[in-house]
Amino acid sequence: MGYVAVKGGEDAIANAAQLVEFYRLRGQTAPIEVQQIRTQMRLLVDKVMGEGSLYAPEHAALALKQMEGDVFEAAFLLRAYRATLSRRYYSDVISTRDMLVKRRISSAFRDIPGGQILGPTRDYTQRLFDPAVAEETARTSAQFVDQFASETGPGQPTQRFGKVIDLLSAQGLMRKDARDDSDRRVVDITRDAVKYPAPRSAVLQSLARAETGALMCLGYSTMRGFAAGGHGTVGELRMGDVEVRVTDPNGRKRYIGRLTVTECEMVSPAPPSKKREESVPYLAIGYGLCFGHNETKVICMGMLDSSLRQPNDANPANSQEFTIYHSEGVESYGFTNHLKLPHYVTFQSGLDNLRDSMQRADEIRKRASVGQPEAGVAGAIKS
Amino acid sequence: MIENTRLQTSYNFGFIDESTKKEIRRKLLKAVAIPGYQVPYSSPEMPIARGWGTGGLHVTLSLIQKQDLLKVIDQGSDASVNACSIRQFVQRMTGCEVTTDTAAATLIQTRHRIPEEILTEKQILVFQVPQPEVLRPVERLENRTRQMHAEADYARMWVSLYESFVRYGSLMRGAGYPVKVNGRYLMSPSPIPRWDVPNLSHAKCLYLFGAGREKRIYAVPPHTLVEPLEFEDVRFRVEDWGGLNCSYSGQGDAFLDEIYDAAGVRKFVVNDSNFLDKLRTGEPRPPQRLFRESQ
Amino acid sequence: MNDWLLRVRNLTKIYGEPDGGTIDRTGPRASTNICSQTGAIVACADISFDLYPGEVLGVVGESGSGKSTLVQLLYFDQEATAGEVLLQAVEEGNANLLTLSGQRKRYLRNHLLGMVYQNPRDGLNLNFSAGGNIAEKLIMAGQMHVGKMRERSLHLLAQTEVPTQRMDQTPRTFSGGMQQRVQISKAIANNPPLLFLDEVTSGLDVSVQAKVLDMIRQLQADLGISMIVVSHDLGVIRMLTDRTIVLKHGRIVETGLTDQILQDPQHPYTQLLVSSLL
Repeated sequence: MGYVAVKGGEDAIANAAQLVEFYRLRGQTAPIEVQQIRTQMRLLVDKVMGEGSLYAPEHAALALKQMEGDVFEAAFLLRAYRATLSRRYYSDVISTRDMLVKRRISSAFRDIPGGQILGPTRDYTQRLFDPAVAEETARTSAQFVDQFASETGPGQPTQRFGKVIDLLSAQGLMRKDARDDSDRRVVDITRDAVKYPAPRSAVLQSLARAETGALMCLGYSTMRGFAAGGHGTVGELRMGDVEVRVTDPNGRKRYIGRLTVTECEMVSPAPPSKKREESVPYLAIGYGLCFGHNETKVICMGMLDSSLRQPNDANPANSQEFTIYHSEGVESYGFTNHLKLPHYVTFQSGLDNLRDSMQRADEIRKRASVGQPEAGVAGAIKS
Repeated sequence: MIENTRLQTSYNFGFIDESTKKEIRRKLLKAVAIPGYQVPYSSPEMPIARGWGTGGLHVTLSLIQKQDLLKVIDQGSDASVNACSIRQFVQRMTGCEVTTDTAAATLIQTRHRIPEEILTEKQILVFQVPQPEVLRPVERLENRTRQMHAEADYARMWVSLYESFVRYGSLMRGAGYPVKVNGRYLMSPSPIPRWDVPNLSHAKCLYLFGAGREKRIYAVPPHTLVEPLEFEDVRFRVEDWGGLNCSYSGQGDAFLDEIYDAAGVRKFVVNDSNFLDKLRTGEPRPPQRLFRESQ
Repeated sequence: MNDWLLRVRNLTKIYGEPDGGTIDRTGPRASTNICSQTGAIVACADISFDLYPGEVLGVVGESGSGKSTLVQLLYFDQEATAGEVLLQAVEEGNANLLTLSGQRKRYLRNHLLGMVYQNPRDGLNLNFSAGGNIAEKLIMAGQMHVGKMRERSLHLLAQTEVPTQRMDQTPRTFSGGMQQRVQISKAIANNPPLLFLDEVTSGLDVSVQAKVLDMIRQLQADLGISMIVVSHDLGVIRMLTDRTIVLKHGRIVETGLTDQILQDPQHPYTQLLVSSLL
C-alpha cells in the first residue's frame, strides 16, 4: 500500500464490515435464537442491561448475538439505542422493601427474621466441568424442568422480607444522621455532565451503569489496603422483582410492570464526622443497586459508595473522579480503542524530535572523538 | 489448528496433582520450621472461588489421607453452607470419612474460629486465611511489609494499636488480632475472635494457615509461645457478654452468636455448633482452655 | 584525644559512574558537581570533621553544596560511596557505621540519633496523631507503657510549645510551624545524644522561624544535645551554632568557630555569604 487515499476508505470499511459478518456466519451452525441467549445466558444478558443502562432483556440478548458475544459492544449498542428513545416519565421511587424476593442473605448475622434464603446461586458449587451440559437436548432439559416443578409445586414464591438494617437501626447502631445526608440533590447524569465533587445521586447512577470488571477492580483495591473505607460487611444482599409505577399527566399512579434488580446494603463503621469529634464508630450504609442479577456489581458498588465518602485523590477508590471516569465502560472502551485510529500526524512530530536529538548526539560524539572539550551538554545540564 | 474436545472427568486423589502436593508439603515444613513466618507458595486455582477457602483446601488436600476423619466448619458451624460445599468437595476427591465431632476428627478445616473443645497432639487445625499479612493495615505494599518482617520493624503496628486505644479506649482491632509468635514474627491468626487467640499459645495440636488468594502458608507448631500484642498498662482482653448465657443450652463461657428469631427478638446462642450439641445432650461439658484477665 | 562524639572522615557520595579522575574534575575549583567526562555527580566528597558532646555544628552552603546530602548520609537515609563515620557510643568509636547491617543502622537511628527534616511530611506519619508519632519513636526504643508514653509526649509537646490538647489530633491539620515542633518533639523523644536539623525553618514564615529557632536553642541549652544544623541561612547558623563548616560544590572550603567565620571569613565564597547577611 502506497498512501492513504480517501476513495479507498469507504470501500475498505464496507469490506471490513462484511468480513466480520462472514466471521459470524461462516461456521454455518444453526443460528442462535435470541430467546436462547435470553433464557440460557441470563446472567450475561443482565450484565449487558446493567451496563447498557436499559432494562430490555430482549434487546440485550439481540445485542449479544449481533456483536458475537463482545460484551463491551453489546452494552454500547444498548446505550446508543437508549439515547434514541423519547423520555416520557421518571418512575416513582421503587421500594425494595416490597421486593418479591428470590434470594436474600446477610453476612452480618447467622439467623435473621425470615431466614437466610440462598435462592438460585452457584456460590456453593464446585467449578468443575459437567459433561452432562455438553450432552443436553431439549428432551433432557424438559425432563429436568418437569421434575423440578413437580418437586417444588406450582407458581412462584412471593415472599417479602423486612430489612436487616432496620434491625440494626432499632438497636441504635446506625449512624444517627445517615438519613439526613445534606447532599440529597437528585440529578440525571444522562441530561447533564457530572461536575465534581458530585452529589451522591450522580455517584450512584454512575456506579449502577458502570462496567462490572472495573468496579470489581476498585472494590477489591479497598479490601487490600489501597483505599480508606470500602471493606465492610454485607448487611443484606437481595435479588428479586420490584414493581415500577409512574404518575400519569392526570396525577394518577400507574403500574407499568416489574423488573428484576439486585441490591446490596454494606455496613461499615462511619468515618468520624468533621463536625464533631465523635469517637463512637456507628454503622453507615454503602449502597448498591443494579438491573438484573449481578451480585459482584452491587457488592462493589456498596464498598465504593462507602470509600467515595472519604475523599482522597491519592487513592483511586477514594477519588470520585478516578472511580467514576474510569469505570464508565462505554467511554473507556471507546477511548482505549480509539488508539487504533490513525495518529500519524502527532507521531510524525515525535519522529521529527527524535531525529533532531539523534543528530545532535551524533555531532557531540564526533566532536568528542576528535578531542574537543565539550561545554555544550554539561553546560546545559548545569544551568 | 489445535483442537481438543476430550473432557477429563476423573481426578487425582485429593484433586491436586502429586508434584504440586509435594511443593505445598515442602512449604508447610518450612512454615513449621519458622513459626509465624509467611512462606510463599504456588497456590493453583481450585474449583472453589478465591476468598472462599482455596488456601485451606490446598493445605487440607496436601495432607489428607484415606484414613483421616475430616471436619469442616465455617464461623463455628458444620452446617454453614460453605462448610458443606468444601466438605462435599473433599469427600468427592478423597472418599474419606467426615464427622461433626471435634474430638473424633483428625483433620479440621476452619474459617474464622478455633473449636471450643481442646484439640490434642493427634489433631491438625487448618485455617482459611483471607489476609495473611498482619501489617497490611499499616502498609499496603508487599515489598515493604516483607522488609519490615525481615528487620523485625514492627513499630507502626504498635502505634496503630496505641491510636486505637486513644480513639476508642481499647486495643480494638476488628478481625485478626495481631500476635507475636515464638518471640519473633508478628502474625495474623486469621479473623478469629479475641476469645480464641489465647488458644494458639502452647497448644498440643498443630495449627496451619493457608491464604490461597495471597499465596502464603504459615504455621504455629505445638508448644509455641504466641502472645497477643499488648502494652504493659493496656492489656489484651477477650470478648465479654456481661454474664449472658446461651438461650438454647443455658450455659455460658463460650463464644456466643447474636441472632434474631422470627419475631425479631435478639438472642445469644453458643457459636460452636458441635460444642452446643454436646451441651444440649446433657453429657459432661467438653474440656476447654478458658482464659481469664489475670493470666 | 578521644572525647569526640562523632568522627567523620572522607565522607563521599557520588551518583552515576565515576572514574579515577572524577573527584579532581569536580569541586569548588572546577566550579561544578558534575564530572565532565563521565557525567557522574559528586554530591559531596572528602568531608571530614569531628563533633564534640554538647556542641552544635553548623553546615552552611547554597543549593547543590552537599549539605543536605551530608546529614542524609549520617542518618542512613542514603548510602555513602566512601568514607568513615564513627560514634563514640558504638564499639568505642572503632566501628565504621556505614558498613553496618540495615538492622544495626536502624537500631542506631532509633536509639542514638534524631532527625528533623525541612518538610514535616518526611519526618511525621500524618496518619497518626501527634502523640502517636512521638509514641512511635518511644516504641522503637523499647518503651511499652501507654501511660508513660503519653506522659512523655505531653512533656515534649509542652517543651516545644505545642498545645497539649492537640496531642491526639493528626498533624495534618496543624500549621507548618506546629508540624515542625511536633517533628522536633519526636526527634528528641528518646534523648538521642546527636540530633540532625536539615533546613528546619526554611519553609516557615519569618516570624514563626524566629520562635522555632529560639525554642531549639533553649532545648539545646537544657538538654545538652549535640546537633548538626544544616542551613543556607547564615542568620540561623549564627543563632544556633558553635562551629561551622562551609560547603561549596560538595567540599569543605572553610571551617572554624562560628563567631570567627562571621567576623573574619577567609575563603572568598564565605566572604560572599557573610557580606550578604543582613
